[in-house]
Order: sequence, then structure tokens, then C-alpha cells
Amino acid sequence: MELATWTYEGPPHIGAIRVAASMEGVHLVLHAPQGDTYADLLFTMIERRKTRPPVTYTTFQARDLSGDTAEIFKDACRDVAERFDPQLMLVGASCTAELLQDDPGGLAKTLDLSVPVVPLELPSYQKKENWGASETFYRLVRACSSGWQGDSGPDAERQKTCNILGPTSLGFRNRDDVEEVKRLLADLGVRVNVIAPLGATPADLARLPGAGFNVVLYPEIAAPAARWLKKTFGQESVTVQPIGVGACRDFIAAVCACAGLPDRAKCMQERLSWYSRSIDSNYLTGKRVFVYGDATHAIAAARICEEELGFKLCGLGTYSREFARDIRAVAEHYDVAPLITDNHLDVEDAIIAAQPELVLGTQMERHVAKRLRLPCAVISSPVHVQDFPARYSPQMGAEGANVIFDTWVHPLMMGLEEHLLQMFRGDFEFHDDVSASHLAAVAPQDHSASRPVELASVEPEADEPDVLTWTDSAERELKKIPFFVRGKARRNTENFAAERGLNPITIETLYDAKAHFGR
Amino acid sequence: MTTVIDRLNRPLKKKPSGGTAETPRPVLRERGQHEVFCGLTSIIWLHRKMQDAFFLIVGSRTCAHLMQSAAGVMIFAEPRFATAIIGERDLAGMADVNDELDKIVARLLERRPDIKMLVLVGSCPSEVIKLDLSRAAQRLNAEHHNNCRVMAYSGSGIETTFTQGEDTFLTALIHDLPAAAAASPQSLLVVGTLGDVIEDQFARIFQGFGIEHFSFLPSRLSSSLPAVGSNTSFILAQPYANDAAKALIGRGAKQIAAPFPLGEQGTTSWLSAIAERFNVGTARFAATTDPGRARARQAVAHSRKDLQGRKVFLFPDSQMEPSLARFLANEAGADILEVGTPYLHKNHVSGELACLPETILVSEGQHVDNQIDRARAAKPDLIVCGMGLANPFEVEGFTTKWSIEFVFTPIQGYEQAGDLAELFARPLRRRALLKVEA
Repeated sequence: MELATWTYEGPPHIGAIRVAASMEGVHLVLHAPQGDTYADLLFTMIERRKTRPPVTYTTFQARDLSGDTAEIFKDACRDVAERFDPQLMLVGASCTAELLQDDPGGLAKTLDLSVPVVPLELPSYQKKENWGASETFYRLVRACSSGWQGDSGPDAERQKTCNILGPTSLGFRNRDDVEEVKRLLADLGVRVNVIAPLGATPADLARLPGAGFNVVLYPEIAAPAARWLKKTFGQESVTVQPIGVGACRDFIAAVCACAGLPDRAKCMQERLSWYSRSIDSNYLTGKRVFVYGDATHAIAAARICEEELGFKLCGLGTYSREFARDIRAVAEHYDVAPLITDNHLDVEDAIIAAQPELVLGTQMERHVAKRLRLPCAVISSPVHVQDFPARYSPQMGAEGANVIFDTWVHPLMMGLEEHLLQMFRGDFEFHDDVSASHLAAVAPQDHSASRPVELASVEPEADEPDVLTWTDSAERELKKIPFFVRGKARRNTENFAAERGLNPITIETLYDAKAHFGR
Repeated sequence: MTTVIDRLNRPLKKKPSGGTAETPRPVLRERGQHEVFCGLTSIIWLHRKMQDAFFLIVGSRTCAHLMQSAAGVMIFAEPRFATAIIGERDLAGMADVNDELDKIVARLLERRPDIKMLVLVGSCPSEVIKLDLSRAAQRLNAEHHNNCRVMAYSGSGIETTFTQGEDTFLTALIHDLPAAAAASPQSLLVVGTLGDVIEDQFARIFQGFGIEHFSFLPSRLSSSLPAVGSNTSFILAQPYANDAAKALIGRGAKQIAAPFPLGEQGTTSWLSAIAERFNVGTARFAATTDPGRARARQAVAHSRKDLQGRKVFLFPDSQMEPSLARFLANEAGADILEVGTPYLHKNHVSGELACLPETILVSEGQHVDNQIDRARAAKPDLIVCGMGLANPFEVEGFTTKWSIEFVFTPIQGYEQAGDLAELFARPLRRRALLKVEA
């Protein structure tokens, strides 16, 4: 048993619903108890979808358990075939139905429906949402494109066409990423064969092998399907995700290599590069940033932070265990400790320990950052309704880089404000307890005091009997340091004092430590 | 003594109809996909109401996902609910699950010493594997009774629909209530979660009636649970507290039957039933309630022009639908087409249904696709439905009011009658206002 308040991913059947809801002509029959229809409102409310997701739930109740739940499932399948007449029916079970062991796949087979049925095995007690989505997509691709009879020999025109794999309903900015990537590919002269699962039909999936190569936009969703397409039809995959300027250039190079075109990476036009170079951005240098999210977005964010915005990565983590190895490699490259966990309390502890000045994470890290009074921007699912915006806001491609610059810099204290705050500490209308003019929702507060004793005790010096104390004057002096670096200053000073056996900490110690650490 | 009911012009008069008054109204019962929440959702308001309680769901990742999807926009420093997610290892053997649960509870209570009541909430998975949470609660209660009360109830989808989760919670709570002494004075117990502001308003009215001993269930703190005994009279403030009523009767309390306190008329009937039981004189009743009644009528009048003659179709959600329909028909002048409810407790809502014309279809349970077909065919001006259906209906050109708001918004009592009418009128006004299409 595992204790969770927040869960980064839903159960695997949510992933299956996302794939079904992304496509046209597919209907999912889900064996599930009454109440599991809550999933519908993820689509109708959070994503503001205009139609009901194509899912029929059996919604069995306790009184049905003594009877024949299998019969209820079969009725639901027959009803769906008649009422919705889909091109393809997916059948599966949610966590409770999994315990009943009614075998949806086997039952659907006995019905002799005119609709082709793809059964899904969704082990709810082992796997999660993204796995469910990737498994569903893989099953669909296999079922639809195995029978490919078309030409798959070498052909220069075919080589210049690709599939875009991975965008789904409820994916973070997938709607606009697809537009941006389509534009990018069109500029390169690469034709798009099929985009899937978002907007595709089963017939479209059958055409997948007709492309020269695959662009895997979201490996969490499409990696298994792309691997199968490579094995079966020899299609290469572009596995760089074009999030950030450098990654976009690498993406273009990879696409050009697959398509047999000259590399045109230099032609990319975005504004992040200049904005980040302009002197206004000088104060961004070395800002400590904690990054957490799904693997794709976390890895991309780490590179943008370090190479494109001049931030200092102070933490990198993911809940995507399938991609733990990739995250570890990137963390090693940037010399931070990798955090592979799906426990939000572990993430919170890591954020507190890292004392960042900016948190880039998911909806959950917004909660943590709000509690710790830290600036925060959202870079990955899970997200709430405000991150399905009306405006064009991709993360990928040139415009994605522009969006990212604005979104990540916005929550930070602006340079001038930062300076004034330092000069006129305790100003009657401009002090720590009032929020910065552009940050109405975040009232800054000294969060470094939240766990000072615990932090000191986890240091190796904890075996020393005497507790490290601050003199009143030193404590007052510490308060004169701007709140967003105060936690870091406190910790550095305490480490410095502990190493040298200095106790209590005086103003002298504080400034000695400052000189020692350099900031 | 003459009681208020003798003289009061009974507000809830049955609408004239062709049928004989005593024939029971036919109810359409359907079985198919139920597009409703499970009882776990009740935690979202129950944990705000009981400020020292922690709700621990024993369930699957789906349960945790439901809770964060439903409560995700609320940002808490320390939320007072969580899920103990059953894993593969737990499914192997039962003894193991109980040990695991004990470990989680111990860790939780250590982390949150401020919690005075821990509520174990059963889910579909925990019930299908027959994990006995009541026994677990007893065991844990014995272990932790010094600093924390432990109780259990079911919020599973297979057993409960949305607000029924509160009913099963209240029922479990009622078994835990202290017994009132036989010689204790007559007391009033109001059953069902109400907004704090509404409780305070009703408390002032009860004081105006001269009722000295009254309390609300659930109470705001687990330490202030009311005592119950044969001198307790209780009244339901919410139509879904059916099992809770049974449990209270089982403990010797006497029920006051009344319509539910929605709108000016519903509130007056509800209060007059209390007044009758407590022998409040007519003059005193009028003096206490007349200003509120006048204000409520005035406030509802603002929205009446938007609702008068409008055809309304209610999908099942919270069991409040019969009361809402009665309010809409009697006080706002709307025409009701269908009243769906997940569960129809005849005794508790008979007063509400009796005021509705015979032409109205009452349905219990759901076959959502059939019901959508009926709604489309009936071409209502306003559809009251859940969030899974609302936006798709809007796209089809229908106006909707999403129903869970009636559970999360203060709507009971005189001072909220106008707000209640406004909840229905707003989507209609908005549709008229906007010059853009979906």
C-alpha cells in the first residue's frame, strides 16, 4: 500500500481513454463501476472538449455483483456497436473490473460483432496512465497497420514523408505543438503522412507504413508503437523533441538526415536567443532552478535552463520511471542529483533541500511552490484547466521557444525590482510581506525558516551535541538579504559555521560565509 | 395550544391536476450507463466542514485520480484527505493489507498530530476484495483512541452515488454519537451538511423560536458531536440523508417530516415543521420568519423574469433534484419536463413531488444515452446536468446548468433563495448576452 494525496498519473485506463478520445471512429467500452465516468470531465472541462469522449462505461453497482456483470458488459458492447457504429471498438477494464476477471476481450469476441475489436490488458495495480496510453496506441497501430500491402521500398519521395506520433487528447500543449511541428516540417519540405493518435482514424493508422520515417513527439505515448513500426517496416524514428532552441536545431538535423535533405538547422527564426542575450536578461544568470515533470519535458527544460537562459539547474526529476535512465544521464551531464519518484512528498522535500529560486514543474509543484512562496512555471502534465489555453501556446518549435521564454521569466522578480528590494529593505510600501507588482498571487515570505532545524540535522555534522544558533543581530542581518536567496544564504552560512565549529553564528560568520561561497 | 401549522397558509399546495390525488406517480426506472460521481466525492465538502478530520480513502490509483481531478484547483497547504493506494502485493493476501493499512495510519497520525478524527473511506476495490474497514477502524481505534477517533464508511461507486457518500458517513457517525440522558431536555438536530453561513442563519432563527438546545450534524469539530436520545427531534436539511435518518430513529430520535429548505416556501415549510414540533406560537413564528420571507421573495423576483415559463430538464446527480424542481416550478414559474434522481426515497421527497404537476416525468437511475435522447427530443430551455454532459449539450445549442454547484454553493434558507434562483437564471442570461456561437 502506498500513501498518496496527489498522483502524477492516473490509472492506465485513463491513458486508454485519452487515445480513444484523440481519434475518430474509435469507441472504448470500459468495464468499470459507477462513478468512473468522472474521467469524462477531464475532457469536457479541463480540455473543454465539445463532445462526449467516445467511451461507454458499464457502471456496475454492488447489486450487479451478485448477478452477471459479464452480461452487463456484453450488453454495453452490443449497444455501442448499434448506437455509435464505430470503425473500431476498444474493450478494457478499470481497476475494480480487473478484480472481477470478466475478461472483456474474450467476452467481446463471443459477441460476433460486425465491428473489429481490439482488447486491452491494463494492469491497474502495476501500471499508470502514460503506460496505458502507449500500450493502447501500440495495440491500435499493430491491429490497423499489420495488413499493410503498400510499397515500402526505397523511394526519394516517400523518404521525404513522415508520421507525427504521440500527440493525444489531454496532452500538455499537444494541440499547438502539432501545428508548430507541421510548420517546421513544411519549411523543410517534409510532407506529413499521418498524425496519430490525435485526429487520426483507424484507416489513417493503416496508412502509417507508407511514410519514410516517424517523428516521435512524445516518447511516453508513442515509443513502443515507433519501435514496432521500425521492426516491422524498417521506419527510422526521429527521437529528439524540438523543445528549446538547441533541441529544435538537433531535431531539424535529425529530420533532414532521415529525409535525405541537407541540414537547414541554421534557418530557424525565434526570439528566445536574442531576448536571452539582451542585457535585460543579465540578472537571470545563475538563478537556481528546480525541474520536475514527465521525462520529455524535464529533459528539454534542463537543457534550456543551462544552455539557453543561463540558469543553474539545482534539481532534475521525473515521475516517468520508463525514462529514468535518460533523466539520470542528463542529470549527470549537468551535475545534479537525479530524482526518480512519483511521490509528491519526495519532490517537495527535494525542492526544500535544493532551495531553488524558480520551480519548473507540474500542477503539483505549483502547490508546493505556492506553499513555499517560490516562483513557479508549469512545464509538463499533469496540468489544470488554465494550461489548456485559448491562445496559441506551443512548447515546441520556434514559437514554443518564445512562449517558454515569457512563461519562465514572468514569475521571477524583475531585475529593477530585485535591486530596489535589496537597497531599500524595510521600505514601508515595498517590503518582503507585500507581493511584487506583477505577482499579485504570491506574497513572498521567508520560507527558509520552515525547516531550519531539520535541514541542519541532515548534515553530517548532526552528531555534534550543541545546536547551531544565530545571534539576534545575525538573524536580523540575514533578513536584509532578499527573500528569494535567503534560504540558500542561511544554509550556506550554517554549513560554513558547522564545518569550522563556529557557534553561535554572528554577522561576521554570515559575511565570511558569503565571501567563501561567492554569492 | 394552537400551533403554527393550524393557521399558516400552507405554502406547498399541490398543483391542480386531472389525475386523482392519491394515485402514486409512475416512476421511470432505468439501468444503463450512470453518468454520476461516486460517494468519494463527498470528501471534498466533508473535509472542509469537519475541521479536525482526515479522510483516508483505501482504494486504487483511480480513486486518488478522481479526488485530485475533482479537488485539484483547490490549493491546500496540507490537504486533509489522501488515498492509501492498493498495490499488486496487497492483492496477494488479506492479512498483509491490514498490516499495511496500520503502518500507513500510524505514519499519517505521527505526521499530523492535529487530526482528531481519522475516517477510513471504503472504495470499489476495497469492497470487492472484501477488506473490512469497519473492523480495521475498531482495531485502530483501540490503538489510537487517546488522541484520535477512527471510523469507517463506504464511498464506493458500487454502493453510493455522489451525495450518498455523506449519508454513509453520517450513518457511521451516528453510531458513534454519545447517548443523551433520559431526562435531558428536548433538543433539535439538523442533519446534513450546510454552509457555515447557513447554519448561523438557522441558529438565529431557532433562537428566535426560543429553542434552546439545537445542533447540526456533521458538527464543525469531531470533539463537539451532539448527543442523541429519545428527547432528540431531528430534521433532514438534505434529501440524501436517508440511512442517517434510519440510524437516528434506531437511536430513539424522532423525525420531523418536512420539505427541504430551498426557496422561500421550502424554507418556511421546513421551519414551520420544526416550529410545530417545538410548539412555537403563530405570532412568534411570524415575527421570526416574516422579514426573511419577504427578503427571499424579493430576491427570487429578480430572476423570475428569466425563469418564468422556461422548460427545465434535470439529470440525476445529487438527490436534490425533486426539491430543486419544486423550487423552480413553484417559486420561479418554470415548467419542469423531467426530474431525474439517482435514488428516490419516496417518504423524504413525497412532499416535494406532490407539488409538481402530474405531467412531469420522474426517473430514478439512469441510462444516460436514452436520457440524452429524451432531453434532445424535449428541447428544454435549460438542462441541469453533470460536467461530463454540460459542454457537449452547450455545443448542441442547449443551455445547461452544471449540477454539482448546488452541493458546493450555499443555497438553503431565506437569505440564499435569491442566489439559488440566480444559479439557474445566469446561464440563460448569459446565452442571451453573448453574440458569439459555440
